Amino acid sequence: MRKSFLPVLTVVAAIFVLWYAMAVVLNAAWAKDQAKRAGVELSFSELVADTWAQDKPKLPAPHQVAAEIWETTVEKKITSKRSLVFHSGITLSSTLLGFVLGTVLGIGLAVGIVYNRVMDMSVMPWVIASQTIPILAIAPMIIVVLNAVGISGLLPKAIISMYLSFFPVVVGMVKGLRSPDMMQLDQMRTWNATASQQFWKLRLPSSMPYLFASLKIAMAASLVGAIVGELPTGAVAGLGARLLAGSYYGQTIQIWSALIMAAALAACLVAIIGLIQRVTLKRMGMA
Amino acid sequence: MTAAQANETAAPVISAKGLNLTFQTNDGPVHALKDVNLEINKGDFVSFIGPSGCGKTTFLRVMADLEKPTAGSITVNGVSPEEARKTRAYGYVFQHAGLYPWRTIGGNIRLPLEIMGYTKSDQDERVKRVLDLVELSGFEKKFPWQLSGGMQQRASIARALAFDADILLMDEPFGALDEIVRDHLNEQLLQLWARTNKTIGFVTHSIPEAVYLSTRIVVMSPRPGRITDVIESTLPRERPLDIRDTPEFLEIAHRVREGLRAGHAYDD
Repeated sequence: MRKSFLPVLTVVAAIFVLWYAMAVVLNAAWAKDQAKRAGVELSFSELVADTWAQDKPKLPAPHQVAAEIWETTVEKKITSKRSLVFHSGITLSSTLLGFVLGTVLGIGLAVGIVYNRVMDMSVMPWVIASQTIPILAIAPMIIVVLNAVGISGLLPKAIISMYLSFFPVVVGMVKGLRSPDMMQLDQMRTWNATASQQFWKLRLPSSMPYLFASLKIAMAASLVGAIVGELPTGAVAGLGARLLAGSYYGQTIQIWSALIMAAALAACLVAIIGLIQRVTLKRMGMA
Repeated sequence: MTAAQANETAAPVISAKGLNLTFQTNDGPVHALKDVNLEINKGDFVSFIGPSGCGKTTFLRVMADLEKPTAGSITVNGVSPEEARKTRAYGYVFQHAGLYPWRTIGGNIRLPLEIMGYTKSDQDERVKRVLDLVELSGFEKKFPWQLSGGMQQRASIARALAFDADILLMDEPFGALDEIVRDHLNEQLLQLWARTNKTIGFVTHSIPEAVYLSTRIVVMSPRPGRITDVIESTLPRERPLDIRDTPEFLEIAHRVREGLRAGHAYDD
């Protein structure tokens, strides 16, 4: 932990330096334009100061984003429509529901593929094909179709999350459930174990390292799905809605703060899975 | 001894007649077993020895119903290997211990018992008994990675002994272990065999191991895999480790070596 502290800090510092530099480069044109109209000449330090403090910068500086996040999380009530915590909560709920649905679907399909020859031959190409369709194209259709049958709110968004998150689970679990070697399977055979005993006592425990690796990817994908799912719903609430509203009104600071929030949310969720993984695999003697 | 009992002991535990097994591979057919005839009697300790590719492991796997012969017949306890497997007539020990890392030693031994539906109290009692048998008492709660390779292999033997199978099939169980551990386990295995009166089929490629352990040594040779010699051991059942220095022992070892040579095993 201590060893990685300095390198991590160095990288973070480098990102900030680059970010501030890019903010100057990208926002300088606007600052110079404004100065020209006002008929004043900007010194270099004035120019830099201006590029880091614009209202609608092309690229907001880190401290502007940080201030916006502080304002919309700590200083706003979480029931407020302008609270990022409120919006994050909405996105989080459909992320988690979609993640659970995707995991269940993914494991279900993987079990089918491993145990059923017909599914083994037929399902995987469809699973892969499903992921080649851009989610942005299919998301509005899912929302519209589900709305037509009277399902709205959380579930349509969760289904888009599920659509993205089941894929890594299928791929990982097929590999995981097939990870026991011939000897272990022969051994089960010598004990005349049933298929379900073989599954519960050998295949499923063996697949755990693969499952957790998949779950991490699935969780991140699920969050992306939830945000994408919020875009075509008319931007009512959620981080996706904040992104959309921000881009309507050119509120780049708002966009960036929503983006950072989404990234932080994803990092936390993946970290939680990582923690469960560490504890579980350690207890299983597999870490 | 009644007539029925006498009959029972007389009937061979394993009987193979004209056994053939040909694998179809991309390079053409491979004769893993060709015209193999053998009878193993109750209480025998039979070793199968030969160079790799001689079909010794395949033969053991046929007995265990892990491979199907392409011709000939084989019975285990008087029935087909498949029926014998389904009645859990044998315990099989693989070259690698194959203990599940997520189960304790006790949990690993319990595994086949759970599968076979023994009651909880019966499981406890059996786990304790076989751990005692392989001298691993006190290690029940340890995980496999906490044990040495030799102890892990002992645990895997305990697992094969935990249910009531009269036959123990062992496929190079000590092949991956060093000489010293191997000697020790050989000694223990003999004691265990004497105490339990199991019928043991034992695959090895070590001549001293085969001679030290067996009542009969089956010498096999490759391409095609076949039996070239069956040697009845004249050694007593009680065998201390230093029996390996006696002329009698060396005599048998010599015969095994001759048998292997006669099979042109080392031509290429």
